[in-house]
Amino acid sequence: MPELAIVDDSTGPGPEKSGNPGVDLDLEWVRGVQVNRSALERRTLSLPGRRSIKREWQAAWLLKAISLMDLTTLAGDDTEDRVRRLAAKARNPVRRDLLEAIGMPPERVNVAAVCVYHEFVRCCAAALAGSGIKTAAVSTGFPAGQSPYRLRLAEIRESVSAGAEEIDIVISRRHVLSGNWEALHDEVREFREACSGRCMKTILATGELGTLRNVARASLVCMMAGADFVKTSTGKEKVNATLQVSLAMVRAIRDYHARTGHRVGFKPAGGISKSKDALAWLTLMKEELGDEWLLPELFRFGASSLLGDIERQIEHFATGNYSVRRNHPLG
Amino acid sequence: MNIPAKFDSMEYGPAPETARPAIDWLDSRGRAFGHFINGEFTGQRAGGGTFACRNPATGDELAVFAQATGAEVDDAVAAARGALLDWQDRGPGFRSRCLYALARSIQKHSRLFAVLESLDNGKPVRESRDIDVPLASRHFLYHAGAAKLAPSELAGRSPVGVCGQIIPWNFPLLMASWKIAPAIAVGNTVVLKPAEYTPLTAMLLAELSVHAGIPPGVINIVNGDGRVGELLTDHEGINKIAFTGSTEVGRLIRRDTAGSGKSLTLELGGKSPFIVFEDADLDSAVEGLVDAIWFNQGEVCCAGSRLLVSEGIAEGLHARIRERMAKLRVGDPLDKCIDIGAIADPVQLARISELVGGCSGDDCQVHTAPVDLPEAGCFYPPTLITGLTTSSRLMQEEIFGPVLVSATFRTPDEAVELANNTRYGLAASVWTENINLALHVAPKLDCGVVWINSTNLFDAAAGFGGRRDSGFGREGGWEGLLEYTKPQAATAEVSPRSAKRRRRSDAGAASPGIDRTPKQFVGGKQARPDSGLSYPVHSPGGKLLGHAPLGNRKDVRNAVEAARAASGWPAMSGHQRAQILYFIAENLDARKGEFADGIMRQTGVSRKDSEREVEASLDRLFTYGAWADKFDGNVHSVPVRGVVLAMREPIGVVGVLCPDDFPLLGTVSLMAPLIAMGNTCVLVPSERCPLSATDLYQVLETSDVPGGVVNIIAGHHRELAMTIAGHDGVDSVWHFGDPELTGPVEHESAGNLKRTWVDTDRGRSWLDPNSGEGQEFLHHATDIKNIWIPYGE
Repeated sequence: MPELAIVDDSTGPGPEKSGNPGVDLDLEWVRGVQVNRSALERRTLSLPGRRSIKREWQAAWLLKAISLMDLTTLAGDDTEDRVRRLAAKARNPVRRDLLEAIGMPPERVNVAAVCVYHEFVRCCAAALAGSGIKTAAVSTGFPAGQSPYRLRLAEIRESVSAGAEEIDIVISRRHVLSGNWEALHDEVREFREACSGRCMKTILATGELGTLRNVARASLVCMMAGADFVKTSTGKEKVNATLQVSLAMVRAIRDYHARTGHRVGFKPAGGISKSKDALAWLTLMKEELGDEWLLPELFRFGASSLLGDIERQIEHFATGNYSVRRNHPLG
Repeated sequence: MNIPAKFDSMEYGPAPETARPAIDWLDSRGRAFGHFINGEFTGQRAGGGTFACRNPATGDELAVFAQATGAEVDDAVAAARGALLDWQDRGPGFRSRCLYALARSIQKHSRLFAVLESLDNGKPVRESRDIDVPLASRHFLYHAGAAKLAPSELAGRSPVGVCGQIIPWNFPLLMASWKIAPAIAVGNTVVLKPAEYTPLTAMLLAELSVHAGIPPGVINIVNGDGRVGELLTDHEGINKIAFTGSTEVGRLIRRDTAGSGKSLTLELGGKSPFIVFEDADLDSAVEGLVDAIWFNQGEVCCAGSRLLVSEGIAEGLHARIRERMAKLRVGDPLDKCIDIGAIADPVQLARISELVGGCSGDDCQVHTAPVDLPEAGCFYPPTLITGLTTSSRLMQEEIFGPVLVSATFRTPDEAVELANNTRYGLAASVWTENINLALHVAPKLDCGVVWINSTNLFDAAAGFGGRRDSGFGREGGWEGLLEYTKPQAATAEVSPRSAKRRRRSDAGAASPGIDRTPKQFVGGKQARPDSGLSYPVHSPGGKLLGHAPLGNRKDVRNAVEAARAASGWPAMSGHQRAQILYFIAENLDARKGEFADGIMRQTGVSRKDSEREVEASLDRLFTYGAWADKFDGNVHSVPVRGVVLAMREPIGVVGVLCPDDFPLLGTVSLMAPLIAMGNTCVLVPSERCPLSATDLYQVLETSDVPGGVVNIIAGHHRELAMTIAGHDGVDSVWHFGDPELTGPVEHESAGNLKRTWVDTDRGRSWLDPNSGEGQEFLHHATDIKNIWIPYGE
């Protein structure tokens, strides 16, 4: 296999313990996965109405959502200062006075990670140094994943060298669309090796996979290949994270855990911008997977504008008055 | 407040819905209610006694209600009768606007309705808010439209009159709406009796009906227990009873109303199967079970309470169910985070406990969800019982609580067999990703509603109702409106053939020829009567025409057995059945002179008239040959992405008591629609003139009619009618014979709650196609099964 970059494992923080070693590809299992779209829609439609989270519980849940957040900037006009500003926001996502007013120690409220393109990994990691907040890099030809295979592998290695602690890879959608599960398994396996123990999130780009059945089967194959997280979207597809797609993936995670004992995380990304959405997804995780999936090791929100909405809700909870965007420092 | 602790635990907090609007409403009404009669609330009068209406979650008294007296029921029925003509005269536009206003009114007060319903019934406020109340409004909205369209779409039908409606406690508002909306839409007036456990929302609905402009007397509500229901079912001023409730009470009502001339629809209990094949989306099937048996505390007549699962996946599925059960939350119905509220009444709670407690002797495992229950109030935990066999009591009896029982099957055919192995026939749920399998199984399930990969979906546009011990009649959709209308009396009286037109002569009875031995016709073969007896048949002039076989119980038994065995007939295509009907006509035509002679001899009519009768019979066969492949079902427009197929299915085995006038045409007019639709039948020809029917079997024999499709048993109507009506293997009775038998026939039919069609007023003009044939016959010859098929990939 041709390799471009020399990986130097001695640079950057040490590798994280990977949650999911993966298993051999089991095609019978994969092809047996069934997803009934209408039934999933009924479940996700009724779910938010079945669980209502109010008052101090809501405040606590929204702070939890912050702690599960991969604060993200993935734009063509990103600059180092822009990334530094985001990193600063990641350290102080909610105004101190508000947190103090509601009795939440500010040091307990950090986002989980900041997610950037490779070019900003070094700058981001430096800005986050000592915070415990992870630097995540999107990789493998994000968002389309159509660059040369060897370059995609090299991109992972370079990001790891640059200090990325988490790698968000994109899969080759064509493998799913053509039902070439072996190729998908091999690809993700090799990506995983390239990650050298860093947490690997596998972006399925569900909006491009055609059916929920494909989403569930692809999730399963990625988990078999050792993905630490399965993630819905790049944020660049026409349809990003929906509750239905999430339910299909979350149930695949549950199935995989039940049969292998390995816990795989879930990251919905793209289009989650309201506090109400965050509560719906937290409820989904709690109901379908259980409380142990409400930790940053196993659940992340990929979001850029969600934090702003949560800040305003927290202020409303703290003061009783409805808030406005300008009351909160920009990320 | 302690946000950090909540941040760590990520528990759900309480999310109480305030009871305030409902409490205020109750207080402002003094927490004392009488009835709603002629547009006015009666208050509580002396004499009838009162009963308390309680919140089952706490036991607190919510209000005191008056038990209606006989006089009050009389007042209510009189008010409904008095309002009837005016309500009809106001026309469809006016009625439509009234129903529309009431639909909107329910929406405008949705929170009050939801809270009041949950207080009264104990159901989670999420369900009353998201399901009961919107669906109640939907019923009025749908039927506002139906009111407008009825004159054109239900042409030739008129309202039945005053409807007595008795509803249960599991969906108080929804059932009231479900009953009232179609009835008043098409010009009936109603007297409704809510269940005594849950009378509150009906009173609120009554208030809003006044504001909606519905005239006094159109909707009347009387409160009280079963005794008030009995006053309604016995009341002479009522034209129709619509009952939803237990099979036990439904059967009593069937007996009570027998012979009264009241039309009747019964929506009764069930033990509906929930069938999971191995290629199903199992997680979705588990979630479906939550909606099936843990919806409304399992107090749902069509609850998917009987899980049938493919043997190979049973263990895995049970594990998933148990895991899911642990996440159910039981508690305060007004908490918006609650899945399962309170059982509606301590009596019901005791019944559930007793039934489940009684199964310990079996080889069964009872799994109770590890969930917290409130310390006080009527609560029962979600329960799964596995390891049961078909003979276990819990597999057979309706529990009406949050208790799921499970058994396994090996093949699709066995799944169907087990699914149908019940006295009930209300609903079924089928889970498979294989559309071939789903649509293979759905028509074989003996029930009125089938949900594919879904469960407990309801809509005003789709008919709902069952068969067997689950009752008869449909509610919702066009098929539901048929039950609240009746055919308009035919205006042009071509004839019933009157006695005076019958010549008291023996014309045509001249040449005796070789002695003939008419027999019974059973299973495609001529058979001597079990009794070994025959009875003489005379002409009107008293001349002996021959001897007809004297059928008895055993002949009926044999005939029903043969009819049940002719299972190939309903499976045949309409195209094939049409050919056979045409062929019967062809062969009858070849012998029409002989049949005309027979008619002349038996009835004494002129040759011309008897030839007319034969010609009309030939026409009739052609009519139903035509209908055999044209009585299409519907695709209902319901608010889900999917289709609801309203499939017309044969009823099964139908016993027919033929009319005396028109010995051939009367028999053919009843036989032909039945067999055209795929039923098999046991015909009892006119007792006085049986010989045309016994001649007919020779025609049937030569016309490729498979054995058992038509069976003919001559004899005394009284004895044969009782045997047929009481036979559990007969699915419906058509009684066109002696009016005096109407009461006994309807009474005996209560045994298996078979459908009955009684038409003995002799007003039917058989020669006139407008009254002697057509869709009315086909309606009575078919059941509608609504198959819900949500789709999407």
